[in-house]
Amino acid sequence: MYEFLQFVSSGMTVGAVYALVALGFTLIYNASDVVNFAQGEFVMLGGMTTVFLYDAGTPLWLAAVLAVMITATVGVLLNKLAVEPARGASVVSLIIITIGASIFLRGVAQIVFDKQIHRFPAFTGEDPITVAGAAILPQSLWVLMGGAAIFGVLYLFFTRSVIGKAVLATANNRLAAKLVGINTTAMMTLSFGLSAAVGALAGVLATPITLTSYDVGGGLALKGFAAAMLGSMGVPAGALVGGLLLGLIEAMTAGYISSDYKDAAAFIVILTVLFVMPRGLFGRAVAERV
Amino acid sequence: MRLSPRTWTLIILAVLIALAPVTFPSAFYFRIGALIFVNGLAVIGLVILFGYAGQISLGHAGFAGIGAYSAALMPMHLGLHPALALFAGAVLSGGLAFLIGRPILRLKGHYLAVATLGFGILVFIVLNNEAQLTGGPDGMAVEDLGLRAVSDALGLGLRTAEVWYWFMGLVLLLGAFLALNLHTSPTGRSLRSLHNSEVAARTLGVDVVRYKLTAFVISAVYASLAGSLQALLNGFVTPDVAGFLHSIEWVTMAVLGGAATVLGAVFGATILTALPQALTVFQEYEHLLLGLIIMLVMIFLPAGLLPSLGKTLRQGESI
Amino acid sequence: MTLMTVEGLGIDFGGVRAVDAVGFAVKPGEIVSVIGPNGAGKTTLFNILSGVYRPDRGRVMLDGMDVTAMAPHRLAALGLSRTFQNLQVYLQMTALENVMAGRHLAERCSVIADLLGLPASRRRTRETADIARGLLARVHLERAAEREASSLSYGALKRLEIARALAAQPRLLLLDEPAAGCNAVETEEIDALIAEIAAEGVAILLVEHDMKLVMKISNHIVVLDHGEKIAEGAPAEISQNPRVIEAYLGTQAEGGHALC
Repeated sequence: MYEFLQFVSSGMTVGAVYALVALGFTLIYNASDVVNFAQGEFVMLGGMTTVFLYDAGTPLWLAAVLAVMITATVGVLLNKLAVEPARGASVVSLIIITIGASIFLRGVAQIVFDKQIHRFPAFTGEDPITVAGAAILPQSLWVLMGGAAIFGVLYLFFTRSVIGKAVLATANNRLAAKLVGINTTAMMTLSFGLSAAVGALAGVLATPITLTSYDVGGGLALKGFAAAMLGSMGVPAGALVGGLLLGLIEAMTAGYISSDYKDAAAFIVILTVLFVMPRGLFGRAVAERV
Repeated sequence: MRLSPRTWTLIILAVLIALAPVTFPSAFYFRIGALIFVNGLAVIGLVILFGYAGQISLGHAGFAGIGAYSAALMPMHLGLHPALALFAGAVLSGGLAFLIGRPILRLKGHYLAVATLGFGILVFIVLNNEAQLTGGPDGMAVEDLGLRAVSDALGLGLRTAEVWYWFMGLVLLLGAFLALNLHTSPTGRSLRSLHNSEVAARTLGVDVVRYKLTAFVISAVYASLAGSLQALLNGFVTPDVAGFLHSIEWVTMAVLGGAATVLGAVFGATILTALPQALTVFQEYEHLLLGLIIMLVMIFLPAGLLPSLGKTLRQGESI
Repeated sequence: MTLMTVEGLGIDFGGVRAVDAVGFAVKPGEIVSVIGPNGAGKTTLFNILSGVYRPDRGRVMLDGMDVTAMAPHRLAALGLSRTFQNLQVYLQMTALENVMAGRHLAERCSVIADLLGLPASRRRTRETADIARGLLARVHLERAAEREASSLSYGALKRLEIARALAAQPRLLLLDEPAAGCNAVETEEIDALIAEIAAEGVAILLVEHDMKLVMKISNHIVVLDHGEKIAEGAPAEISQNPRVIEAYLGTQAEGGHALC
């Protein structure tokens, strides 16, 4: 039982990070139909920037805030310089552009920062808290609470604010949104900025546990993409469920079977789900229009 | 006599393969050339899947992994000649593609992408973890195919890298020949029609599941052969041959060159195989430049290099 | 002997009855038109008949065999072929290749032979090309044979789609607005072409908004409104039917000849 709780807590922590990366995919996908494989680099940039600002003497909270802002700027630039100029290119071409962007950002990080593995101290101490016999890191709670807060704030943003609704309208039907006077280009920019900020926050929250280096982005993008597809691309609740599920499957497999096969278990579950539900867990069947 | 586009493509390829060595200052370049042809072979397979049938795969390196480790393991454990192991690997990959293709190809777009990606990663994980058999992440040695011995027996007097260059050049031509035949054949037309409009193809009697599966199996065999040949060329293999990056590399080659054509495939393979070699002189700026170049090409030539260049040339003519 | 019989056909989309309790029959060589205001369910009906949608109710019989919800490619093998309202031409293939692809069912070849470019495969392609050229000539597109479909005009694409459907040698041809977007001359050509195809014994099911065309060439007309059949009969009866006139013109109907 202690064991089980332990695996649940570590699975939820990793799963929350996956869910945030998947949420980043979903935000950009909804606004622009682009699957942004550079999403993992935002997480890396969030973590690495915080590390270097902190090491340079900036207080941790300020370093984190700056890192999120810098990463959001990178997201906006990515949209303005690489995605917007390629409007109208095929879906695969756009995917390749974001893969190019991800290689590029990794290349920049390796020069601006370095190739070492880094971390910064946990926000509120490193001593595990014991809950029902399972040892839980305080930082795990930060990741879970932080993740929940991000999902909560975005939910309110999209359902309550005018701008949030405009983004949703753009996602539903770009032409119609344009016709009712929504600046769809600005909505795309906003989505990239928002998505990058979410990624960076995930990096800031998780780095004390997972550590970071210039090349962590690729693996995270892969898991985030898989989580987003598991929960149906474009559905924020799907990103949340897909991410947590992926994290839990990994932790359980690592705990009870073999840590070598934790990634395998995750992908076997994804394949099985897609074979039964070809549009993911939260996908709706759509009639073919001809 | 007017030559068909098929014949033209083969002539252009043959001439390029034959003349390129004139510019080679050292044996190292023959090796790069052979690597380009290996990648070109796999990318031609992807052109059949992508360019003809319109189905994406982010996991074809998985089949390369099966091919590569077949070439490494079968001679060691079953006593098969590497050449036979290469074909056995292709049969294995084709069979596996046939089995998993049916459920996977029911998926569309990004769902298809993530399912193929998952398949590739599963192969990678198995190769990486079953260390007693595969040597794990450190990889394992691969028996010699014996090309040099054949060349020497024929008295050709070629160095190993040169033998591989000419051999792979021939294999690439053969791969291109088959893919070009397919393009204008009844099967090729059916593949291209389901790419253009799946619903129309269905109402005209095309069993789309069967045809997608056909393209998937053919491209898996190409990838498997490329994996085997790469392992035999290097004399060594690591699980990275099945890695996600390898799949992405091939997809990028296909799209960069222009996904619908055989010549584009070879062009893309040439650039993305040679470019990283050239960029190594920039040392730590290598990744940065590679990413930048990929982005710039796709932004300014979204149809891929070759079709975009072709369009520019044609416009030049008409003016 | 009827070729196709439709009984009590219905389909719902999210609680909306897009098509409900529709029934009619088509005989070989007969031209049956399905008319109705926009959104009446005509295209949805075609999508059910060609196997693209599965109906929720009712059944479709072809030659006395139940073919309800059969996959499109199997229906095609039984002799059913169609065109599309909003064009499903293979845009990145040439006009000739489009029509050649329509011969799919007649030109089965082995994949191995196709890969190796064996004489059997090449001969098949040459034969198919000859037949396709003949069909292109029939729709006056022989000079566009080698052009990529994406470069053709809308009217030309409409005719190309008919040629492609004919290439499958159908016994029942479903034409979804073949004259939409065509000028008067083109419409007349299509009119003649349809009559010619029917004369060869092919049954034709036609959705068309051009009432002059419909009244002129149809043997039988089925009228849909809000997914239901509101009338059925010969053109002369339909043009006088008050329910039909009301469905088309609402309360502003002025006279019985408005449809002609």
